[in-house]
Amino acid sequence: MTDIRYLAPRTLDEAVGAFAAARGAARILAGGTDLLVQMRAGAVRPGLIVDIKRIAEMTSIEETADGGFRIGAAVSGAVLGEHPRFGQVWPGVLEAVNLIGSTQVQGRASPGGNLCNASPAGDSVPAMIAADAVVTVQGPDGRRQMPVAAVPAGPGRTNLAPGEILVSFTLPPRPRGAGDAYLRMIPRTEMDIAVVGCGVNLTLRDGTCTAARVGLGAVAPTVLLVGEAGKALVGSRLDAAAIEAAAAACRAACRPIDDKRGTIAYRTRIAGVLLKRTVGIAADRAGRA
Amino acid sequence: MAKLHVSTTINGEPTEFLCEPSQSMLDVLRGPLGLTGSKEGCGSGDCGACTITLDGRLVCSCLVLAAEAQDREIRTIEGMAEGDRLHPLQQKFLEMAALQCGICTPGVLMAARTLLEQNPDPTETEARFWLAGNLCRCTGYDKIIRAVLDTAAEMREAAR
Repeated sequence: MTDIRYLAPRTLDEAVGAFAAARGAARILAGGTDLLVQMRAGAVRPGLIVDIKRIAEMTSIEETADGGFRIGAAVSGAVLGEHPRFGQVWPGVLEAVNLIGSTQVQGRASPGGNLCNASPAGDSVPAMIAADAVVTVQGPDGRRQMPVAAVPAGPGRTNLAPGEILVSFTLPPRPRGAGDAYLRMIPRTEMDIAVVGCGVNLTLRDGTCTAARVGLGAVAPTVLLVGEAGKALVGSRLDAAAIEAAAAACRAACRPIDDKRGTIAYRTRIAGVLLKRTVGIAADRAGRA
Repeated sequence: MAKLHVSTTINGEPTEFLCEPSQSMLDVLRGPLGLTGSKEGCGSGDCGACTITLDGRLVCSCLVLAAEAQDREIRTIEGMAEGDRLHPLQQKFLEMAALQCGICTPGVLMAARTLLEQNPDPTETEARFWLAGNLCRCTGYDKIIRAVLDTAAEMREAAR
């Protein structure tokens, strides 16, 4: 373990340079709530650890001129929760981020780490996908943007190119009548990994749904954007038939595994149940917005 | 590979130490610094026995690299009492026997203190959720929660 190097650069260029130069041997340290556990378990043995928390852009939250938000990839759940406006505008994204682990874990864990850890069950990811969040990544060839749904490639793998670092999330401005929500199924009340997670983001105008996006977690190798579920809601007044059609689309999108947390049949069924409940909460919030 | 030299502040005292790049804050606290109040339970951020604050933020010290402490401010259980004067939470835990084996207690106290600093009047539910990352295998939690809520009430009374 003595051959590990630790760097805490002040600039993104420095971080990208060191990260890319180390080729596959480097790991990014944001909150460390996955990385340090994996190192201790012997699952990863990085030659270089690049701590990105001294880079201002990685740890800041800013409301953009158009009313959207830019969240640094290493912002902790606790810091995001203390932002005076974010939770009012994106309550579903915030509740998803704040579901990750205990108070202590919230002090460190970040949405960027949650996305790059690429667990199919990562709680913040379905809510970010529903929110239509876009990430900015920077690598040796410069910056690019990609939708959150395009980041995970499979369990533990991302579509970031070698040397690329996730920099920030950008969430779009909210129209009037927009609401979002995230629910997960776990067999306890707290501190567990999602059996299914569902994020819904929708807009209501005079009671009619004019836009809807649904993200579904823990039911496939990556978190899914369920386009058909959104389509089933748009144009409806969120009546029982439309919601049932969206639930059916969620069940149809499921490609889960059987494991100790849940069977294929259970996860598939729960995906539909959670969709209905999450739509209900998002619609309530949209009605008040 | 040379060790890293880290300058930090621990319980208000400027402190310097050497560490390996992969060494956790908990290892350095308990080893070279001799601050063994923080306990190692799981080593994976599940049990909360190693809870400290880093720049005022509650964290598991097993999931913090010691190198990250550079220029930061750390508080541990050793800094909770002022000399011989116990913090009200520590006093209440003794009076109400809110501990048995004691391994989880330093972490619980650190977490409970941060809770009461942020929310002097927590509901029972708020206290239970706040402390959900501190596992106790002895008490069944009720005595801990009652001691925290009683302390909160006393501290509010004292502040009037």
